[in-house]
Amino acid sequence: MAISVKVMRRPEAGRTSYMRATLKGMSLTFRHMIRPTKVTLEYPEEQPELSPRWRGTHRMEVHADGRPKCVACGLCPTVCPANCIRLVGGEDDQGNRYPIVYEIDEFRCIFCGMCQEVCPVEAIHVGQHFENAEYGRERFVYDLDRLMEQDHPVTLLWDPSDPRSE
Amino acid sequence: MGEMQELSTFWFVTFGAVKVVAVFTVVMAVVAYMTLAERRVSAFIQDRLGPNRVGPFGLLQPIADGIKNIIKEETMPGTAAKFYFVLGPALAIMPAVVTFAVIPFAAPLPTPVGTVDMIVADVPIGILYILALSSLAVYGIVLSGWASNNKYAFLGGLRASAQMISYEVALGLSVIAVLLLAGNVTLTEMVWKQQQLGLWFVFPLSLAFIFFLISALAETNRLPFDMPEAESELITGYHTEYSAMKFSMFFIAEYAHVVTASALMATLFFGGWDIPFWPGDDMFRHEGAWIRGFDESGAPIPTSPSVLITLLTLAAFSAKTGFFLLLYIWIRWTLPRFRYDQVMHLGWKVLLPAALAYIMLIAGTMLVLDQLGVAYGMLYGLVLTAVSGVTTLAFLFFVDRDRVISGAHRKRTTRASAARPAAGPAGRTTSS
Repeated sequence: MAISVKVMRRPEAGRTSYMRATLKGMSLTFRHMIRPTKVTLEYPEEQPELSPRWRGTHRMEVHADGRPKCVACGLCPTVCPANCIRLVGGEDDQGNRYPIVYEIDEFRCIFCGMCQEVCPVEAIHVGQHFENAEYGRERFVYDLDRLMEQDHPVTLLWDPSDPRSE
Repeated sequence: MGEMQELSTFWFVTFGAVKVVAVFTVVMAVVAYMTLAERRVSAFIQDRLGPNRVGPFGLLQPIADGIKNIIKEETMPGTAAKFYFVLGPALAIMPAVVTFAVIPFAAPLPTPVGTVDMIVADVPIGILYILALSSLAVYGIVLSGWASNNKYAFLGGLRASAQMISYEVALGLSVIAVLLLAGNVTLTEMVWKQQQLGLWFVFPLSLAFIFFLISALAETNRLPFDMPEAESELITGYHTEYSAMKFSMFFIAEYAHVVTASALMATLFFGGWDIPFWPGDDMFRHEGAWIRGFDESGAPIPTSPSVLITLLTLAAFSAKTGFFLLLYIWIRWTLPRFRYDQVMHLGWKVLLPAALAYIMLIAGTMLVLDQLGVAYGMLYGLVLTAVSGVTTLAFLFFVDRDRVISGAHRKRTTRASAARPAAGPAGRTTSS
């Protein structure tokens, strides 16, 4: 939406009727008083509609057997501009890599979504979620278990109705 | 039936005590809900919702505010004059609460032991008591502003004293017009006189009502005359240094003033508890009997008080007062503030001479009508209404269009054309 500037025409001196202006103002406020134009979203009861591109707190996708999809390739900590992902990778008997430690500091995160873009196996996602209140700072470093527990919808990173974001 | 049964001393004292407690409680409850109404109505005017979390529609919000204010920490500025600092809020709240005592709020109530006047104290000095006590409110404000030892609070206190004294004059003069027409200072008799005239005093004394409304806004320090508080200039003026319940007491005082002023406007100009277009509720104590009026020959028409009439008139009084309470809020959230010099200008240079001239006019008209032998009644009122209506229109025309209070643009024009014919880098001279 373009920004519009409303130019107020100042009346010439001696041409303003203060009585009329007062009465007009009073009638305007009275109309709003008896029929307020409702613009407030009553948040806890009504939830806002999030954009499909909304980038919120993270979520780790899991396989059907409960293992994380992450293969500990190390791309997301490399690409992360805020350096908020800590990854220690390991390898099992069959030679499959998996994350031993995977932590995201949500305080440092800037929610750019590059971790999701770069992930080759679509494991880490940013989510459509914003209610993150906690009682302590330490609770904001999400470990692997916590990331896997999240069940909010994940972000598309693009708008299906406007794929080129035009 | 018209005979009057006087209350014995015992019942007089008992009912007196009951009325004191009841009126005080009701006024305090109205004050509490005024704070909520103010916030809700202002929110609606600004397309917001206002406090609606505590209880249904936020109805328990005043209770939550009260609890919060009582358990908050009291702060005491180190350099404040402690005794006066504590005395200030008490002095502010006292006159605001006691002035309601002389306002009649319903028709007399019949009881088995006699008829009870629905007024806390029907003192013979009536309106003078109100004027005297409401002037005392300024002491609380000035004292708290001075005792805070804070320059903003002090400025607020000074402004309060200047403003309240200035508008006390216009307020008193506008009341004098009412006194002329009512011929008495007790508020019960003013209600009766309006019932007899068949017209509420707002019609024959329309300009006096406008003066009273403006002065009452200024007296209660409400916007557009909130010079003593002036958030934008003086933080909050005289109560900058106050916290917790002492701060709350200033607000109770302000709203109690608003309630009293609204009730006073309803009583002086809108017939008090009179129900319009229905003579059945007219009631006055005349030579030891209740009368409704006088017939053609001048003989009193007897009437008798009833509980139903008392309740109906109480509802009428509440509705009128409630309208003015709403008007106060409505004006506050519509009109911009005056500048301090504009407030003084309006008070001394416009309202004072205009009110004096208006009193002369009303007194002259009444003298002519009395000389012509016009009886006090509908015709009397209509003639005064016509005279007042013309005067009101003339006054409003005179005040309008920059003639009295001009906006900033006129000042800029004159200064720019006089001192700086060629505009500076700003280049914003008005071309007119």
